[in-house]
Amino acid sequence: MEVLKIKNVKKSFSNDNEVLKDFSMEVNRGQVVAIIGPSGSGKSTLLRCATMLETIDSGEIIYLGEHAVKTNEEGKAVYAPPKDLKRIQSYFGLVFQNFNLFPHFTALKNVTDALITVKKMPKQEALEIGRELLDKMGLKDKEDAYPCQLSGGQQQRVSIARALALRPEILFFDEPTSALDPELTGEVLKVIKSLAAEHMTMVIVTHEMAFARDAADHVIFMDGGVIVEEGKPEEVINNPQNERTKAFLSRFDR
Amino acid sequence: MSLPMLIQRLGGGMLVSIEIYTLTLLFSLPLGLLVAFGRMSKNIILRNVMKLYISIMRGTPLMLQLMVVYFGPYFLFGIPLPRYYRFLAVIIGFVINYAAYFAEIYRGGIESIPVGQYEAAKLLGYNKTQTFMRIILPQVIKRILPAVTNEIITLIKDTSLAFVISVAEMFTAAQEIASAQASMIPFIVAGIFYYVFNYIVAFVMEYIEKKLSYYKV
Ligand SMILES: Nc1ncnc2c1ncn2[C@@H]1O[C@H](COP(=O)(O)OP(=O)(O)OP(=O)(O)O)[C@@H](O)[C@H]1O
Ligand SMILES: [Mg+2]
Repeated sequence: MEVLKIKNVKKSFSNDNEVLKDFSMEVNRGQVVAIIGPSGSGKSTLLRCATMLETIDSGEIIYLGEHAVKTNEEGKAVYAPPKDLKRIQSYFGLVFQNFNLFPHFTALKNVTDALITVKKMPKQEALEIGRELLDKMGLKDKEDAYPCQLSGGQQQRVSIARALALRPEILFFDEPTSALDPELTGEVLKVIKSLAAEHMTMVIVTHEMAFARDAADHVIFMDGGVIVEEGKPEEVINNPQNERTKAFLSRFDR
Repeated sequence: MSLPMLIQRLGGGMLVSIEIYTLTLLFSLPLGLLVAFGRMSKNIILRNVMKLYISIMRGTPLMLQLMVVYFGPYFLFGIPLPRYYRFLAVIIGFVINYAAYFAEIYRGGIESIPVGQYEAAKLLGYNKTQTFMRIILPQVIKRILPAVTNEIITLIKDTSLAFVISVAEMFTAAQEIASAQASMIPFIVAGIFYYVFNYIVAFVMEYIEKKLSYYKV
């Protein structure tokens, strides 16, 4: 079954400006989908709609067969009742471009606080999970550090651990390395690759073409709010068919 | 009048000043938060009522406000004023005035928190109350502390305004003794009292600020 199904989603911010135009995609369990495309093509908006940070105008978003939003006869989007949305919300996580860590919490507390506060997990159990995840992110000795004491790459790895702690079925990344100094992107990409190797279901918006080719099973090139070309990473990235894809990719070293 | 006797008489006024100070903070700090919520509400009526309230409180003298609160019930509605209302009027006057100032400080602090903090909290499943209490408020407190310190130091000096409705706080007591004795000394003692009070409050606030400096934003 698809973990995520997006059907005919339309989204505009003002009437004349449709950012997502009848957008559809599916993500199967264990699949890693990379989304590439020029600035302003609607990649962030897509993730923000999928994670319900933005509301859509019409279309359907379905997680594990459950409708988060569907469209009524008048063509208007109708969201599931709050109780259902709350549950559906626990199916996904999002890693932000600028981390959005909680500055007043230590690395460990950033990872464990939602487990304790939201999931009502016993503290000891949460701390164990938190330490294990930080260890996995290569941050074993940083659990007591505050975000301001960490490099960008370390902060992003804490934020990945924070999202993973809630055991999402699918994890979204919006340009996870764009805010980082070039020498720090490698450590974050490595962590994401290790998650891909464990078959974590992921949707990753990225400008790192080599990474998209290596880590993803499926690449989507979007432009102007629609999918222009999609397919296997080697095909789309090494041998694009569409002129717009070619023009976009010619700007990158591949 | 000997100095110990003077201090004893002023001591009574000092206690009243401290009482006004403590009660004002106790009520105006939380009330200010409610006013700030009203001021930021989606409800346009509530928002504008709060805006008007804040602008009146900040745009007119506190002394005048105290007099309106004290004399208002009698002149407007003919309600006779019991003796204890004097003190109550001072507290009400100070609380509604300071709540307005605190509200604007809270609002500035709350609005300065990046929207990403709310979004991260939402994605992690925090509900609105949890987001505010655990994620937003602690960061707001750290950010507004210097502005709050300013206000609560001003409040120490403002407590002397209670003399306009003859509440026997420190300044009123000093003035009574000074005119009876034709002496400056009561004022000097009062001045020292205000200064020491200020010093202690500033010291405590500095301590709290240090405590909260374990992280930077
Ligand atoms: N909150 C908003 N209000 C109005 N317009 C918006 C808003 N968010 C995005 N847009 C517009 O939607 C379009 C798509 O933006 P989006 O951020 O999704 O692009 P993107 O593909 O993520 O670009 P980038 O690679 O630069 O991150 C842009 O034209 C942008 O100006
Ligand atoms: Mg973007």
